Amino acid sequence: MTHFTRKTFLAALGALTLAIGAPSHAADQKLVLTGASTVAPLAAEIGKRFEGLHPGVKVDVQSGGSSRGVNDARQGLAHIGLVSRDLNPDEGDLTAWRLALDGVGLIVNKSNPVQNLNRDQVIAIYTGQIRNWKDVGGPDLPITVVNKAEGRSTLELFLHFYKLQNSQVKAHVIAGENEQDIKTVSANRGAIGYVSIGTAEFEVSQGVPIKLVANQGIPATVENVRNGRYPLMRTLNLVTKGTPSPLAKQFIEFAQSSGVQDLVKEQYFVSANTSR
Amino acid sequence: MALVSGAVLFVITAFVLREAWPALSEVGASRFLRDRAWHPTEGSFGLSPMLVGSLASSLGALLIAVPVGIAIALACHFQASERTALRCQRLLGICGGIPSVVYGYWGLTTLVPLVAENHPPGTSLLVSSLVLALMIMPTVALTSRAALARVPSAHVHGGHALGLSRDAVALRIALPGARSGVLSGIVLALARALGETMAVLMVSGNIVQVPGSVFDPVRTLAANIALEMAYAMGGHRAALYASGVVLIIIVCGLMLVAQCLTRGHHE
Repeated sequence: MTHFTRKTFLAALGALTLAIGAPSHAADQKLVLTGASTVAPLAAEIGKRFEGLHPGVKVDVQSGGSSRGVNDARQGLAHIGLVSRDLNPDEGDLTAWRLALDGVGLIVNKSNPVQNLNRDQVIAIYTGQIRNWKDVGGPDLPITVVNKAEGRSTLELFLHFYKLQNSQVKAHVIAGENEQDIKTVSANRGAIGYVSIGTAEFEVSQGVPIKLVANQGIPATVENVRNGRYPLMRTLNLVTKGTPSPLAKQFIEFAQSSGVQDLVKEQYFVSANTSR
Repeated sequence: MALVSGAVLFVITAFVLREAWPALSEVGASRFLRDRAWHPTEGSFGLSPMLVGSLASSLGALLIAVPVGIAIALACHFQASERTALRCQRLLGICGGIPSVVYGYWGLTTLVPLVAENHPPGTSLLVSSLVLALMIMPTVALTSRAALARVPSAHVHGGHALGLSRDAVALRIALPGARSGVLSGIVLALARALGETMAVLMVSGNIVQVPGSVFDPVRTLAANIALEMAYAMGGHRAALYASGVVLIIIVCGLMLVAQCLTRGHHE
C-alpha cells in the first residue's frame, strides 16, 4: 500500500512537472471567458457544448460584471470578455461580437393593476416625485422603489435610457442579482423594480407573483425584444482585443452559429441571428 | 499556532490596506467620513451612513439576542433536567451552524412582507436586527452556558447552603461569577453580527442613509462590499477596500475593549 501510494505520488509529481513544463501548450487548449453575470451562464452552456465538440479544450467561465469583461479582455487576463451592453466610445480598442439580445423590463407585484408606464412616469417614480400608485392609475398604495447596485450593467442601461444620474434615484431597496429584485417585488405589493425580460418571463411562467409592465405602450416580451420594438434593450456581446486567437475565433463563430440557438432560448434570451 | 493565525491576520490586513491605499491617499481618509453620500462612480465616498448602519443593526441584534441568550443559558444550567439541557445545547449548536443565507432568505420571504404590510418597504433596520439576533443568539447562549459551568461549584453550593432561592443563586451568584465569559461571548457575537454579509444584504434594503427609524432601510459596510465588489473597477474598488479597512478597525477595537473588560474583572 505504501509502495503504491509512493508510486502514485511520484506519478502525480511527474504529471505536475509536465504540466508546469508545458504552459504554452496548456494555454492553447484553455479558453478563459470573464464578465457579465447576465452572459456568464449562457457562455458556460455554450462552453460545455464546445468542449464536447473539441476534446482537449477547456472553457473556463467566470462572472464578475461587464466592467470586468472589458478590463480582463484588455489586459489579456481573459481570451474573451463577456459584456452585456454595446461597447462605449472609449472602448474602441476592443472588438464586439454580438451573441444575443436581452430586454430590461419593469416589474411590479402581480396584484398591482398598473399595466403600462410611460417615460415621464418612470422617471417621476424613480426620482421620488411620485410616491403613490394612485398617481399613475393604481391603488392607494405607497411605491417601493427597487434599484440596482452600483456597477451592474442593468443599472447602467436603465439610467442611460431614462437619462438619470444614480444620485438622483430615490430608492427604498437596492438589489444585487436579478433574483433579489424578483423576490423583493413578489413579496411587496407596492414594489417596482427592473430585471432582464427573459428572466422575468421565466419566473412568471413558474408562478412567481410578479408582472412585467409595458414600456410606452409596448408590452415587455421576448418577442418585442426580438423584433426590435421594445425600446429598453441591450446586446450581449463577446469582446476581444485585437485579432482573437484561432481557438477564440472558433469559439466566437460557434457561439454565433445556429448550433447554440436552443441554449440562447433556454436562458430566455433572444438570439441575435434572427434579428438581422 | 497562535503565531500562524496572527501572521495570517497580518497578511490579510496588509493586503486590504494595500488595495485601499489608492483611495485613501487620493481621496483622503477624512472624506470617507465627511462625505454625505456614497456615489463612488460620481466621486462621493461617504462611509459614515454605512458605519451607522453596521453599528445600529448589530447593536439592535445584541439588544434582542443577549437577554434571550443569557436566559436560555441560565434555564439550561439551573432549571432544566440534564437531558433537556443536553438537547437544548445540541439544538443551539445546530442553530448556530445554519448558513446565514438561509436566515436571510427566511427573513426576506417571511419577515419582510410582514413588516411591509404596515411599514413599506419592509426591508429595514428592524428586520436586519431581528435576523442577526436569531443568528447570534446561539453564540451568546452557548458561551454563557459554558461560562456558568466554570463558576466554582463551591460558590453555588454555598449559596444553596445559605438558604438562597434557586433564582437568587442563578442571578446573584452564578451570573456575576460568569461575567467575563458571558462578556467575551457577547463580543464574539457582536463581531459576527458586524461582519455578517449575506443575510443582512437580503433584508436590510441596502440604501445608504442614516436611518431615521427602525423601519428605514440601511446599508452595512459588509453588505456594501458584497453588493458592489464584483462590479467595481479602479477607484470604486479601492473605496470598497477602504470600507473593509474601516470594518477591520472596528472589530479590532472591539476586541481590545473586550480584553480590557474581561481583564479588569479578573484583577
